[in-house]
Amino acid sequence: MFVGSRLSTVLLVLAAMIVLWYVATTITGLVGPARLPQPLEVWQSFVAIATDGYGNGRLHQHVLHSLKLVAMGFTVAVCVGVPLGLWMGHSRRAEALINPTFLLLRPIPPLAWIPLAIVWLGLGDAAKILVIFVAAFVPSVINSYTGVRNIDKPVLEAARMLGIRRFSFVREVLVPGSLPMIFTGLRLSLQASWTTLVAAELIGALYGLGSILNQAAQDIYPAMIMVAMIFVGICGATTTWLLGQVEARAMPWRHERALQ
Amino acid sequence: MSLARPMTDRERFALTCVGTLGFFCVWYLAAFFQFAPAKFLPMPHEVASKLVQLCGQPFAGAILPEHLLASLKRYAMGFGLAAVIGVPLGLLMGRFRWLDRVVSPVFDSLRFIAPVAWVPFAALWFGTGIGGPTLIIFAGAFPPCLINSYRGAKSVEVKYLEAAAMLGIGSYRTITEVLFPAAVPSIIAGLRIGAGLGWMSLVGAELIVANSGMGYMIVKGQSAIATDIVMAGMIAIGAVGVAIDVALRKLEARLLRHRQEN
Repeated sequence: MFVGSRLSTVLLVLAAMIVLWYVATTITGLVGPARLPQPLEVWQSFVAIATDGYGNGRLHQHVLHSLKLVAMGFTVAVCVGVPLGLWMGHSRRAEALINPTFLLLRPIPPLAWIPLAIVWLGLGDAAKILVIFVAAFVPSVINSYTGVRNIDKPVLEAARMLGIRRFSFVREVLVPGSLPMIFTGLRLSLQASWTTLVAAELIGALYGLGSILNQAAQDIYPAMIMVAMIFVGICGATTTWLLGQVEARAMPWRHERALQ
Repeated sequence: MSLARPMTDRERFALTCVGTLGFFCVWYLAAFFQFAPAKFLPMPHEVASKLVQLCGQPFAGAILPEHLLASLKRYAMGFGLAAVIGVPLGLLMGRFRWLDRVVSPVFDSLRFIAPVAWVPFAALWFGTGIGGPTLIIFAGAFPPCLINSYRGAKSVEVKYLEAAAMLGIGSYRTITEVLFPAAVPSIIAGLRIGAGLGWMSLVGAELIVANSGMGYMIVKGQSAIATDIVMAGMIAIGAVGVAIDVALRKLEARLLRHRQEN
């Protein structure tokens, strides 16, 4: 995010952090093991969960399970949310009709849906997909809507004057014009998906990164908590990076402009 | 294409009414035809009356206003800390490149960890009373506060900084008198985003580790399979979130108006 961070400085700072951590926990013992685990313990926990498993499964099973749920909830939310947002942005009538429901439901934080989802669907995967859907849906709709509204009016008028067909209008004007905002929405949706999934899994799940966190918290096993947190971060960063790659492919003209 | 005929105000009003009524009609019909058992899908007016009832009758150890107060106390602490640390740090990072280089890698490597994932450590370090949830609210609200204040400081026109340097004012006054005023719109935008994320993180924290508060109330409603309590709690949480946003928007308008007058 920030400018001016060279790779060497980044590595230096991260190395310094790990040394500091090692000194504080292992050499001097300033921070007790019940509060912050030692680096070696974290590594051992990582090896333990990767080979023997912890909390109903091995690490890759937990990671894959969480990834699967995020992918499902996110995909459904995007496939419904983006077209809905485009439609609301394009048609004032659709906006007037749909907006009230949206305004009523939008202020409720996605995490507050978790208890309702559990009451309705139980502790299984369906409840998690529902809350991820709710979390990812709102940013998709809002940003697609804003994207359409930001298209220059002359472009819309020119398209109409040239007698464009409805289908090509959507494909050649509406979608490309709002694509930058759509991707902003997708990035926010993805972030919200991970947050809600972790929360939902913390409350009750058999598999998943959140369930490792929950299990480790109950066992008072700080090293395992840290392993799970690190993997929550890695999964979030990886999926965000993937989305960035898709974005670069989908909008090659932006990349070209950046090069010029 | 609907662009062809402009919509009249009356048509707009009618469609808005239809949309609002439609939402409640669908809800009523679903409940009426026993789409789900009444225990799982109460009717809208039942939820509303439950909301009123919760203000007088304690549930999960307290009445609704007390839960709300407990939540707001934690929220004020967590969000306050995030603003008090995040905004100055962002400005300093915008001013001093070395600080930027030192903090950015740490910040970037922690940024992708969802705020709720801090819950176990928060409970371990600060308990489940006020401290634990406060840390999670902080984790949710801190990044936007920092990022926006940093961006605001970075967007200051160089000529102002050069003028300040030429006039020989020190770093402290450069920050308080040049960077901060220029960054105010961006900072406020960041505070608003942070306030929203903080409120959401609060609910998450209270769902998992707390012994009072709105999140605690709805999770207790869930274990009692009292859907009306869960829904009433969701409405109250949403309403407070809106109130916080409106308050910050008012503050924003006032500050920006003040700027234009100067």
